[in-house]
Amino acid sequence: MREREYDIAIIGSGAGGGTVAQELAPLCRDGASIVVLEKGPRLRDDEFNGRELEMAEALYEDGGGLLTADGSLTLAMGCGYGGSTTVYTGTSIAAPQRVIESWNVPGLGYEEVMRRTRKFIEQNDVHYLEEGRINENNRLFVDGCRRLGYDVEQFPINVRGCRGSSLCNLGCPNGAKQGTNRVQLPRAEREGVEVVTRCEVKRLEGRTLIARVTSKPEGGKGEPSPWEAGEYRIRAKLIVVCAGAVNSPALLLRSRLPARLPRLGHGFTAHPALILVAEHERAISNFVGHPKSYYLDQFVESEGFILETCMYFPFTTAKSLRGFGAPHSAFMRAFPRLQMILVLACDRADPANRVTVDRRGRPMVHYRFAPAVKKALARGTLAAARIFFAAGARRVHVPAATQTTVERDDAERLEQIIDERHFRPGGVSVSAAHLQGGCAMGLTTDDSVTDSYGRVHGVPWLFVADASLFPDAIEINPYLTIMALADRVAQRIRQDAGTLLS
Amino acid sequence: MFRAVVRTVVPEADALDSAAWDELEGLVSESLRDRPPVLLRGLRLFLRLVQWAPLFRFGRPFTHLDRDRRTRFLAGLQNSRSDLIRVGFWGLRTLALLGYYGREQAARVIGYHANPRGWEAVER
Repeated sequence: MREREYDIAIIGSGAGGGTVAQELAPLCRDGASIVVLEKGPRLRDDEFNGRELEMAEALYEDGGGLLTADGSLTLAMGCGYGGSTTVYTGTSIAAPQRVIESWNVPGLGYEEVMRRTRKFIEQNDVHYLEEGRINENNRLFVDGCRRLGYDVEQFPINVRGCRGSSLCNLGCPNGAKQGTNRVQLPRAEREGVEVVTRCEVKRLEGRTLIARVTSKPEGGKGEPSPWEAGEYRIRAKLIVVCAGAVNSPALLLRSRLPARLPRLGHGFTAHPALILVAEHERAISNFVGHPKSYYLDQFVESEGFILETCMYFPFTTAKSLRGFGAPHSAFMRAFPRLQMILVLACDRADPANRVTVDRRGRPMVHYRFAPAVKKALARGTLAAARIFFAAGARRVHVPAATQTTVERDDAERLEQIIDERHFRPGGVSVSAAHLQGGCAMGLTTDDSVTDSYGRVHGVPWLFVADASLFPDAIEINPYLTIMALADRVAQRIRQDAGTLLS
Repeated sequence: MFRAVVRTVVPEADALDSAAWDELEGLVSESLRDRPPVLLRGLRLFLRLVQWAPLFRFGRPFTHLDRDRRTRFLAGLQNSRSDLIRVGFWGLRTLALLGYYGREQAARVIGYHANPRGWEAVER
């Protein structure tokens, strides 16, 4: 087993890890050695080709199809240089004040989160896309919402030189999206932080990381790892875990830690989502243009759902439609006429929903759809169906309903057709990409895993800095808040560096 | 057996030639390559169930049924009272759709032409 030694090891390179790497990089000038260990590969710019299965395999954990323990929810997690910031749509919104306040984390105030959020709004070039570049899939959503009197809002996004490929979720083929792969990680590397890809940390044995570097598979995408393939023992004075809401708690559960952490893995939330589809009379611009430009969150407090525009690829779309055979094919053949809306349920931390590890140490995500989540998905489906029809759709696909296709003539009966009773595991395709919780911040081990600076209770050299810190669902796209919290964790580490690295 | 399921889930698969079937099955195999053994065992078991359970209802295994009966049988799995059966069918259906719609040719046939050059490709 090969040996390596660093002052600081950061596990993961997404919104959390990339931010921590950048913010700690100035320590390199004082002689600190810092390494980022990333499980996935680093792709060359010319390898982002937009092919659905190829890119999903290269950039997502389990090709984007990690299943929960009972198989009823599919989890999408980025896995590669930049983590999920390589495969999100770049939507960047600040956390609502009421959410940060409801977390009730001692020492963590809304004003501070906002101040740090603004830093990354500026740094990652977050702005509104100009109106001329909004496609019809998005404009129809706006039209439908306005006709119904809904308060639709535009997403700020972090793209620079967007060409409108619509392929954001497969990694931008034009390098336009300003994720940590484009902004924070390159800066960190320029300052001396080392990034080792294809390096999976198996467990921590005290301050020693046991890791495995894999060679590039034949025909696979990405650069080879800078380290030779094999097993490694990496000693570090300080460890920052940023592997995401599934892998961070799983890694700590597999590890020997000098502390009892009964809340580890608990409090997992995911914003489970349905992809809804409607067919228009004519072709619309849908697979060209930024896919996610607008959202509707006016029902988040009253009914627990958010609607967002979206546009997915053939297999993802096919999977999201309920049923099979001729009716299913008819929707697929209408692809150029399809409008899509994503319904996200704002789930709450629930004792049944948690991350554990199996006998081999693999993460297992236990997720139960609470009645409130089923209801939110059904109410969100109803609102989306109304928007589709208000925008002129001829028919709408509704997965949890007495009938899956609703023609325009039946639009008046939507309330009777869409019902949460039809929402049953396996009967409807539900996926989630906003994975949160598992290493929640709080006051003591009774209510949390870390303090408000991401320091694991009772382990002064171990920090967490990713979405697993969220004590409950964020109710928006989480990336800016992850970066704000990671910035806070990094600042505390810098302040205490003298002690922590001595 | 799997081909019979794919043909029922996506009727257009009847028109695939042998090279297209090879591609479809290759995509499915690739997607299952690194999956946990327990999931693969469950899938094999479920395929056996799909093949032989129709004996009790129609007197023939799945591969010997006509399209109408295959459709009725799979619809029964999709709407089953058992969570396990529904989730199993969801997984099988997902693989069939992955193999069929994961092919570039299928994307072209349904009119999906996303291009990395985005607007520029459309406006030319």
